Amino acid sequence: MISNTKKIKNKLAKRYAKEKRFQIYGLSAIAVSIAFLLSLLINISTTGFPAFQQTYINIDVNIDSKLLNLVDKYNEKALFSANYRKVVNQSLKTLFPGVKGRKQKKALRQLVSKSARYQLRDLVINNPDIINTKQSLWFLARDDVDVFMKGGIDRSLPESDRRLKNFQLVWIDKLLAENRLEKRFNINFFTQGDSREPEQAGIKGAMIGSLLTMLVTMLLSFPIGVAAAIYLEEFAPKNNRWVDIIEININNLAAVPSIVFGLLGLAVFIGVFGVPRSIPLIGGLVLTLMTLPTIIISSRASLRAVSPSIREAALGLGASRVQTTFHHVVPAAMPGILTGTIIGMAQALGETAPLLMIGMVAFIADVPQGITDPSTVLPVQIYLWSDSPERAFTERTSAAIMVLLGFLIVMNLLAVIMRRKFEKKR
Amino acid sequence: MINIEKREEFDIKIDKTVGKPFIKDAKFSTRNVDVFYGEKQAIFDANIDIGKNQIIAMIGPSGCGKSTFLRCLNRMNDTIQDCHISGDIKLDDEDIYQKQQDPVLLRARVGMVFQKPNPFPKSIYDNVAYGAKLHGLASSKIELDELVEKSLIRAGLFKEVKDSLHKSGTGLSGGQQQRLCIARTIAIDPEVILMDEPTSALDPIATAVIEELMIDLSKKYTIAIVTHSMQQAARVSQRTAYFHLGYLVEVNDTNTVFTNPEHQLTENYITGRFG
Repeated sequence: MISNTKKIKNKLAKRYAKEKRFQIYGLSAIAVSIAFLLSLLINISTTGFPAFQQTYINIDVNIDSKLLNLVDKYNEKALFSANYRKVVNQSLKTLFPGVKGRKQKKALRQLVSKSARYQLRDLVINNPDIINTKQSLWFLARDDVDVFMKGGIDRSLPESDRRLKNFQLVWIDKLLAENRLEKRFNINFFTQGDSREPEQAGIKGAMIGSLLTMLVTMLLSFPIGVAAAIYLEEFAPKNNRWVDIIEININNLAAVPSIVFGLLGLAVFIGVFGVPRSIPLIGGLVLTLMTLPTIIISSRASLRAVSPSIREAALGLGASRVQTTFHHVVPAAMPGILTGTIIGMAQALGETAPLLMIGMVAFIADVPQGITDPSTVLPVQIYLWSDSPERAFTERTSAAIMVLLGFLIVMNLLAVIMRRKFEKKR
Repeated sequence: MINIEKREEFDIKIDKTVGKPFIKDAKFSTRNVDVFYGEKQAIFDANIDIGKNQIIAMIGPSGCGKSTFLRCLNRMNDTIQDCHISGDIKLDDEDIYQKQQDPVLLRARVGMVFQKPNPFPKSIYDNVAYGAKLHGLASSKIELDELVEKSLIRAGLFKEVKDSLHKSGTGLSGGQQQRLCIARTIAIDPEVILMDEPTSALDPIATAVIEELMIDLSKKYTIAIVTHSMQQAARVSQRTAYFHLGYLVEVNDTNTVFTNPEHQLTENYITGRFG
């Protein structure tokens, strides 16, 4: 007969092996996910970082009033509608004399961004005295030049496969030799709205749009969600058919595809209530619908986790149910409620699909000033740019993703800080 | 020894509470109290008086309904969804279950100390001051400070915590926490204090401190205590009630219950034949 000790001993090696195996599974799972995460981050940042730089081109501009077609240089209206395009083009011709042929002339004009004429206009309107003088000015370079400067165009490729032809490369080499091309920090990316020209396109409009939309979402979903959770958890009669129906519906809503909320918003807020489309207000309303189930479910879970002994203690001292709830239960549940809210908000921040339904996918160049100005949001902007054929938009797409990730990190940090603060208080 | 095969206590009939359940000058008196949890009846026809400035101990095996009965006295059972109560429970000759009775006011008059120490996750000071603030018992900060100090002194905790009044109440030891809960209860100066196994989570030394405190408090307050420790019941109480499977079997002076029990079940329990 084998003793129990021996029986156990015989099995021991097997048990330890099992434990070890499980540890290896766990570690390899973590390693795989870290590898995926890293490759994602590295990919996005290597593609996106060049977008934070922009090539500028230096041209000597002869601001000739004849070319401008300007008689009275102090007439503001005339100054506004003067022909700045011709001045910029003429300056380019002076820089590269002897360019022949329609195609080459067109290519020459396209060295600088279309924004050059507006930049010149603003300069002249601010200071009309520079008319009929020669100025050395820095303009935004066209996206192709910019891409070339960042190494996006390979010289060794056959000419037919290149965006820039040989004659254009000759010009760029000349500009480089004269120190007329320079890469600077791309301030436009953070101070401008969207644009059809990649070199002018910025993310400020989408950033402000996201901020305003999140503000509306936060202000609506947090109080409504928490109030609903508190009522359902603390005050609603238990085992009541209506309460059960509401509960089941909330749980189901959390699993509804987000685009459905967009359709609902379109039908109800825009269709019935006539809220204008494309504005942060409607975006916030739709995202509120989407985040409410998340907030309610997680808030209820953390309210339920509060020890019943705290409730009994307060009730036993003669506190009413509302006092018990707000003096003791809600503060104790606050860290959990905040975590749930931030998770919901982060989800809303990255949401695209429902916003497509309510017109936030429109091309909007202006930076919104309030919750009733047309605007777009970061994920939609990313979606729009990723759809654009220009090479320079690729890097801007990745850069916008980096900004979006930055937003998410800031929000999560905020959540951690707030949770710490609440936990310390207790 | 416990006979598992045949638990003879099931065969013993319980007609009517024996001993002396009724006294003159009762603080609480209950008549024909039945308590149901949904379909299940937890208390059958409980009739008992609780005397003023006395300690009454409620003993009995687990699940006999003694805690349920205690929680009827300050309507804590109201918070349990499908619990309902019939019969009369009178505090100073007023029915506490009548419509006009406000449960909040009742709980201010009938305080409660729970089995597990449950201080709020706040400072010691705030724990004691909470009830007073809630009911507006102190008109100024100085008055409140005095009240907190007085309550902590009465609960025998002041010496230990006077330098850490603003530290968290949850950082205290188990026995200190329970005394903090007692201080919190007496800060609103109730007439009755209900204690639901207040020392079951504490070590013997902390238990002794709290028992002394109970005897001291009984000069001013009426105390009803549920306990699993017969020694504790014998040490602190003047009267003892024995519950069995929802029936109130016997009520008498503590001495009589422990030396000369009238009912067979009581005798079985106190001699350790079951329970």
